[in-house]
Amino acid sequence: MRHIISVLLENESGALARLVGLFAQRGYNIDSLTVAPTEDATLSRLTLVTHGNDQVIEQITKQLHKLIEVVKLTDLNDAPHLERELMLVKVKASGAQRDEVKRCADIFRGQIIDVTATTYTVQLVGTSDKLDAFIQALSGTAILEVVRSGVSGIARGEKTLAL
Amino acid sequence: MTSQTKQTEMLSGAAMVIRALADEGVEYLYGYPGGAVLHIYDALFQQTKVKHVLVRHEQAATHMADAYARASGKAGVVLVTSGPGATNAVTGIATAYMDSIPMVVLTGQVMSHLIGDDAFQETDMLGISRPICKHNMSVRRPEDIPAIIKKAFYIAQSGRPGPVVIDIPKDMTIPSQTFPYHYPCEVKLRSYQPKLKGHSGQIKKAITALLAAKKPILYAGGGVIMGGASVELTELAQMLNLPVTNTLMGLGCYPSGDKQFIGMLGMHGSYEANQTMHHADLILAVGARFDDRVTNNTKKFCPDATIIHIDIDPASISKTINAHIPIVGLVQPVLTEMLALLKQKKKKLDSAALKKWWQQIDDWRAMHGGRYDNAAPLLKPQYVIEQLSKITKGNAYVCSDVGQHQMFAAQYYGFNKPNRWINSGGLGTMGFGLPAAMGVKLNYPDADVVCVTGEGSIQMNIQELSTCKQYGLGVKIINLNNGYLGMVKQWQDMNYESRYASSYMDSLPDFVKLAEAYGHVGIRVTEPEQLVPALERAFALKDQLVFLDIHIDPKEHVYPMQIPGGAMNEMFLSKTERT
Repeated sequence: MRHIISVLLENESGALARLVGLFAQRGYNIDSLTVAPTEDATLSRLTLVTHGNDQVIEQITKQLHKLIEVVKLTDLNDAPHLERELMLVKVKASGAQRDEVKRCADIFRGQIIDVTATTYTVQLVGTSDKLDAFIQALSGTAILEVVRSGVSGIARGEKTLAL
Repeated sequence: MTSQTKQTEMLSGAAMVIRALADEGVEYLYGYPGGAVLHIYDALFQQTKVKHVLVRHEQAATHMADAYARASGKAGVVLVTSGPGATNAVTGIATAYMDSIPMVVLTGQVMSHLIGDDAFQETDMLGISRPICKHNMSVRRPEDIPAIIKKAFYIAQSGRPGPVVIDIPKDMTIPSQTFPYHYPCEVKLRSYQPKLKGHSGQIKKAITALLAAKKPILYAGGGVIMGGASVELTELAQMLNLPVTNTLMGLGCYPSGDKQFIGMLGMHGSYEANQTMHHADLILAVGARFDDRVTNNTKKFCPDATIIHIDIDPASISKTINAHIPIVGLVQPVLTEMLALLKQKKKKLDSAALKKWWQQIDDWRAMHGGRYDNAAPLLKPQYVIEQLSKITKGNAYVCSDVGQHQMFAAQYYGFNKPNRWINSGGLGTMGFGLPAAMGVKLNYPDADVVCVTGEGSIQMNIQELSTCKQYGLGVKIINLNNGYLGMVKQWQDMNYESRYASSYMDSLPDFVKLAEAYGHVGIRVTEPEQLVPALERAFALKDQLVFLDIHIDPKEHVYPMQIPGGAMNEMFLSKTERT
C-alpha cells in the first residue's frame, strides 16, 4: 500500500544522504521525495512517498526513527490528511491542438504559465492521481516535457508535526 | 564572566582531541599515524594520560578497540589517518556495527579547502562509513571538537550501542591556532532520546503470559551482555526454573555449567536448545534479534509460541518474527521491574506442566547432548576446546576468529561469565581474533586471554604478532590447523559434492618458526597426547605470547547443523544422522 511519510530532519549536511541511503541499503522503495527547510531554519521537512505491506512500512518508520538526525516523523496515512503535488507540463500547442490543450487545462483547473507560438506550459496542482489523470487526458497531444515536484502532505484538522 | 574567561584554557584542535579523550576517561587509543593526523599525534606525544597503541594495520586497531568494548562495556577509541587509513578501518567499523559495540573512530581528513578535489589520501569517509556506523560527523570548526567528541561517546554508548565516526580535516587541528576548551558534562539531543525504561503495562502483560506458560524458554542474546543484565537474567531464570538458551552473542550471560542451561541455539545450536525452542509455547526473548542464523526458515519458526520480546531497539522487534508482547527498553531495568513484580505476586508457573517440560528437555539432552566422535587417531577440535576450558577453568577471555573453530569454541568452551566470549557474530570477520585478544590482554593484563583461530583466519591479521611483541601482549593463540578453510570445506562437502574450490590452503607457513621470527614462542601439536602438556606449558609462560599450532582432523564437521529451509528443530546431527 502507498504511504506518505512526513519527517522533520535536522537541517545538517549529510542528514538527507543518510536518510536516502537507508532506503537503498534496506531495499525500501521511494516513489517520490520532497525536502526543504521549514520556518525554523534548523529543521527540514521531508515528505516521502513509499509503498509496501504493513510490516515493511513499520520497519521503514522504525528505521527512520533510529537515524540520529530524524527529530520526528509521522505516517500521514494514519489519519485524514491532504496531499498536493505540483506539475509543469510542456506540450506541443499548434493548430487545433492549441484549443484542445487549453480546454483540457481549464477542466483540470490548470494554468497556462508560458506560451510560445508552438507550445504551452501548463501548471497543475493536485493529488498525484489528478496529475496522472491530466497526463492521461493529454495522451492525444504531444507532451514535450513533464516535471513533477513529488508529494507534499499535511494532516487535516488540529494535528501537527512540529517540535 | 571575565574571571571565567581567564580560567578557560586555550588549546589547539589537535590538543582538544586528546584532552577530550582524557576527560572522557580514555586510557588507550588504538591507531596508526599518517599525514592528516600528524598534528593530533604530536599532541598525543606531549601528554601522558592517553596512551597510544601502534598496530601494524588499521583493521587491527578497530578490532582491539572493539574487543576492549566487548570486555569492558565502554567505548573503544581508534585514531587513523585519511584515505587508506580510514578505508582499512572500515571492516572493523562494520564488525562493531553488526554486533552493536560502542566505539569512537577518529579519522583524519585532508584540509577542508581540498575536500572534493581528489587530494592525496582523500576519501569520502563520511559517505563510506554511513551505512556501517550508528552515526558519523565531521568537524567544521575547531572549537566544536569537545562537543562533537562528547556527542560521539554519548551516541556510541547509549541506546543500542554502536560505532561513531568523526572525520577531522587536518586544518581543524593546526597547532598554532588555539581556541577556548571546555568539555561538556552531558549532551542532550532533541532528535535522539533512547528509551530506557520499559512500558509498565507491557511488562505486566508479559508476566501474565509467562506465568501461564506450560512450555517456556528463555532466549537471551548479546543485549543482555552489553546491557549488563546477566545477574537479573540469571535470577529470573532461576526463580521460575526456565530453560535458558543463548545466542552466539549471548554466551556467558547465563552460566553454562548450570543445569538450566541447554546450550546455544540456531544454525549450530545444540539439539536440545533447538528442539526446546521449536516446541515452546512461550519464548521470552531478551536482547536477541531473531537473526537468520537462529530462526532458520521464519515461516516454520516455533509455530506454537507466544513471543515476548525485550529489546532496546524498536526496529529489532517484529523485524523478522512477529512479537506478541513487545517491550522496548534497556534489558536491565526491564528485567528488574519483572523481578519485582514476580516477587510481589509470589506466583510460579504450573509446576506439573513445567516438570513434564523439563522431562522432555532432559530426554532431548540425553539423545544428543553435544557428543562427538573422539575415537579417531587424529586430534579433534572439540577435544582441544574442552581441554582449553579445563586448563583455564572456564575463566579465560576467549577471542575467536570466524569459521569452524569459532563454532567449536562456542559449543565446547562453556562460558560462565559475561563479556568473556569475544567474537564477530554478525559480520563474521575473519582476522578479528588476534587483534581482539590483544585489545583484551592490554586492558586485562592479569587475565588469561586466548585467541581461538584457524590457519585461514590467523593469516588475515598475522602481522599483529609484531604489535604483540612491542607491547608485551602474552595472548595464547590456539590455531586449530586443519589445512583447509574448514567451514567453507564443510559446506562444499555438504552441498557441492566435496569439490574444494579454493578452500585448500597449501603453502602454509611454518607457524612455529613464524612465531619465533616475531620473538614469541611457538609450539606444534600433532598428536593427541601432546595437547595437554603443550597447553600447560603455554599457560605457564604467563607473560609470553605462545602460538600453539595444533594439527587437527581435517575431516571434522560442526554439528548439529540446521537443515536449510527447515524449522528450528530440523538438523543434521552427524555425517550420517539427521532429525
